[in-house]
Amino acid sequence: MTRFNAFSLLKNALGGHRNWTEQWPDSQPRAEYDVVIVGAGGHGLGAAYYLASQHGITNVAVIDKGWLGGGNTGRNTTIIRSNYLYDESARLYDHAVDLWENLSQELNYNVMYSRRGVLMLAHNVHDVQSFKRHIHANRLNGVDNRWLTVQEAKEYCPPLNISPNARYPVMGAALQERAGTARHDAVAWGYARGAAARGVDIIQNCPVTAIRRNADGSVAGVETAKGFIRAKKVAVSAAGHTSVVMQTAGVRLPLESYPLQALVSEPVKPCFPCVVMSNAVHAYISQSDKGELVIGSGTDQYTSYSQRGGLPLIEHTIAAITEVFPIFNRMRMLRKWGGIVDVTPDRSAILGKTPVPNLYVNCGWGTGGFKATPGAAHVFAWTIAKDEPHPINAPFTLERFRSGRLIDEAAAAAVAH
Amino acid sequence: MLLIHCPYCDETLPEAEFTYAGEAHIARPADPSALSDEEWESYLFIRSNPRGPHHERWRHLHGCGRFFNAVRDTVSDRFLTTYPAGQPRAALPIKEAAE
Ligand SMILES: Cc1cc2nc3c(=O)[nH]c(=O)nc-3n(C[C@H](O)[C@H](O)[C@H](O)COP(=O)(O)OP(=O)(O)OC[C@H]3O[C@@H](n4cnc5c(N)ncnc54)[C@H](O)[C@@H]3O)c2cc1C
Ligand SMILES: [Zn+2]
Repeated sequence: MTRFNAFSLLKNALGGHRNWTEQWPDSQPRAEYDVVIVGAGGHGLGAAYYLASQHGITNVAVIDKGWLGGGNTGRNTTIIRSNYLYDESARLYDHAVDLWENLSQELNYNVMYSRRGVLMLAHNVHDVQSFKRHIHANRLNGVDNRWLTVQEAKEYCPPLNISPNARYPVMGAALQERAGTARHDAVAWGYARGAAARGVDIIQNCPVTAIRRNADGSVAGVETAKGFIRAKKVAVSAAGHTSVVMQTAGVRLPLESYPLQALVSEPVKPCFPCVVMSNAVHAYISQSDKGELVIGSGTDQYTSYSQRGGLPLIEHTIAAITEVFPIFNRMRMLRKWGGIVDVTPDRSAILGKTPVPNLYVNCGWGTGGFKATPGAAHVFAWTIAKDEPHPINAPFTLERFRSGRLIDEAAAAAVAH
Repeated sequence: MLLIHCPYCDETLPEAEFTYAGEAHIARPADPSALSDEEWESYLFIRSNPRGPHHERWRHLHGCGRFFNAVRDTVSDRFLTTYPAGQPRAALPIKEAAE
């Protein structure tokens, strides 16, 4: 692996960029691994990276049915924040933000983490009250979040329409300054490169068709398009397809898979300094470093694996955006796409052991798991290596749906992402 | 845009008239206090979430207002059939009706 630095960049620039070595090999499966991870998204690749770098477990394969990072990791709108209401979530997401801060250095790969701030608009008295409650709860948990008046919000984000005559007038906003965005593809690529350099096999275009179990019930390995691969441990990190994969091991999950869409505009000069989300009008927006406005909202109403979603939702999203930012009325939209997100009843992830010995699952991130990538991958690797949860993910069990100890971010009504 | 056939109105209409109401044929327990934690979990939270035909409820909100059941392929999003609530679960496989 060539380390990226000013010298190697210069050397390769002089050579016309013809001499870069590949960043990871296109591995073929071996007969057996200590750990097989199903799903080469940010979460799966990250878990492989931390297994190798922190736990010395390098006989690992990450297997994907498509190309690495081609799932929700490569389709999301990259909002990173940690201002969730409950203590358990605050710890998990803030752990991720701590890791985001140094991720580029850690991976020697520029993930373009940008602390540009996430502003959540309040449009009615209920919003104002619940956001202030969030702010207090966050601050008690050491998570930064503060209240901005309407004028302060306008200063922070000049394109904002704060006219009192707006259909949904802005009454103030909650601001998390440490929040922001990152380059989604680079996260997958950086983890893949780091993991491969430590001996992890990344096997692409190889669907896992079933998880096979031994006579004693424990995990034996995975059936794949390239044959059976034996594994001491199997860890599933397959986002929207987790139900389908886990069903083959006889584990039924409290998940439903929905299409979540996003769209981008034509690229324009920098005009939008932060991320703005609005619960009430139901949309969010930021500007990528390329200049496109990146826009999204909630899921389509019906479950689906079609990775497409319907146009009515896009229309609803754009209507909401132009309501809050009339300045974008005439922007042309370039393309839209969808990903399949796995949603739990309480809108919190499931991250830990399963009823099947040596089978682990990291799922249920729904519409908002990109921000958690480094944190979730880190504690998932810990859980796999030690066969017990890290204190941070200990509350995020599958059993909570039986015991009733939900982590009910859904009821707390933080917005989707 | 999905096109959905309301079995009461007997018309095929755009998705915007309808709201989705989750997996169908999940019977409310007859004697809730007799349920174990595991049965509660299964009733409240566990869903089949199949990749393929899915039995689900829809409501013709901006029409007759009534709930009905449907089978939709979650890979193609195509509706295989719709039928009034209260009828037994449609058996699979379903041959697609020509519209
Ligand atoms: C449009 C959109 C916008 C979003 N916006 C945000 C946002 O702003 N902020 C945020 O925090 N989150 C956001 N999310 C959610 C976020 O993208 C996900 O929660 C996160 O990326 C999940 O990462 P992952 O690695 O678990 O999943 P993925 O990247 O989806 O990886 C799962 C992988 O598993 C593979 N797989 C599935 N089945 C199999 C099989 N049988 N065999 C082998 N491989 C298999 C898939 O091919 C895929 O590559 C958004 C999602 C979407 C779709
Ligand atoms: Zn009707």
